[in-house]
Amino acid sequence: MLLEVKQISCSRNYRSLFNDLSFNIESGQLLLVEGKNGCGKSTLLRILSGLRQPDTGTIHWNNSEIKQASKHYSQQLVWLGHRNGINESLTAKENLQIAASFIKSKVSNIGYILKRVGLKPYANTPVRQFSAGMKRRLALARLLLNNAILWILDEPQSALDKTGITLLEGMIEQHVRNGGMVIMSSHHDINFKSIPLGRLAL
Amino acid sequence: MSYFMIIRRESLVAFRNRHEALSPLLFFFLVCLLFPLAVGSSSKILDDISSGIIWTAILLATLMSLTHLFRKEYDDGTLELMMLSHHSLAVLVMIKLAAHWIINILPLIVLAPFIASALGMDLHIQGALLLTLFLGTPSLILIGATVATLTLVIPQNGMLLALLVLPLYVPVLIFGTSAVDAAASGLPTAGPLYMMAAILILSLTLTPFAIVSALKIGISQ
Repeated sequence: MLLEVKQISCSRNYRSLFNDLSFNIESGQLLLVEGKNGCGKSTLLRILSGLRQPDTGTIHWNNSEIKQASKHYSQQLVWLGHRNGINESLTAKENLQIAASFIKSKVSNIGYILKRVGLKPYANTPVRQFSAGMKRRLALARLLLNNAILWILDEPQSALDKTGITLLEGMIEQHVRNGGMVIMSSHHDINFKSIPLGRLAL
Repeated sequence: MSYFMIIRRESLVAFRNRHEALSPLLFFFLVCLLFPLAVGSSSKILDDISSGIIWTAILLATLMSLTHLFRKEYDDGTLELMMLSHHSLAVLVMIKLAAHWIINILPLIVLAPFIASALGMDLHIQGALLLTLFLGTPSLILIGATVATLTLVIPQNGMLLALLVLPLYVPVLIFGTSAVDAAASGLPTAGPLYMMAAILILSLTLTPFAIVSALKIGISQ
């Protein structure tokens, strides 16, 4: 599994964010995208997930070029953006069932997944009553719904407490060690002892 | 199975936000109620304008319901999940629009015969009215949804939406009311009904592609 980014550039509101950006990422690698606010981290991650197209340049997944929201590519990835993708009037369990049906995943182990992110007691609570951190945990639960290879996480630590961040780091480490790929942006220090960490500064 | 889950999602969300579907219904009811008070209850006037009242009120109620179509999904990020889902986006959009029609518009059509009776409309004219509503309102939703998705990135899009959508609604309104008027004067209604069916088929086949493209533009902002 190989994701190749070839000379992409992107500008927003007539301001150039990045030019001629090229890098590769393979199975078992973690890429941390760093940079100050407004430097284009989120835009880069949206381009990599296929939600947005670069102005120039191409992105290749296993040597085939991806276009905006192309199915064969989006089946390989899970996207976690600033917005959690959670409907407030549904319960935690219902939200996960919906998320699973969007990716045609089996919905048998939702109880286990909720337990893993520490939301088991709140399975049938409407998300409207959740705190920001609990909503983020529920969004993290989407990562475990299927066996997608590529995780693209835009500041996944936001709103999480210490145990939440430990949980997230554990999930990422396990995923990378099992041969997955993770591309994430972060303002926090992250410590992964057992896996190599690539850094991309924008 | 998974399409069933998506239909279930729409109905659950709608059920937990019942008040949203209630406001177009209440609007429709009140507008139709105020007309006899304003123009007087003489049956001559009401006979002439009752089909126009019902059609105009339904059209504006539909417009009201469009402002929150896709809005919540856009704000909470569900739209991003739909975009990256393994289903065809066009199919997801059509399921959502069908649910929107059932939840927001079907109650208006159910209420319409009662309002029509209250306005003194004859039974055989009511049949024609119902037929035009069933043929016309899905077109209203499809055309309106296209514009609603195009204006999705604008936070307060209500006024702009109304300005852009209403001209596109005029043909449906004209053919809808003229079919009812034809029925009232004992003329054949087939002509305008065929035109409405043609508009419906055109919007069923063309708007899904436009909506998907508009959503892709909206999501990439």
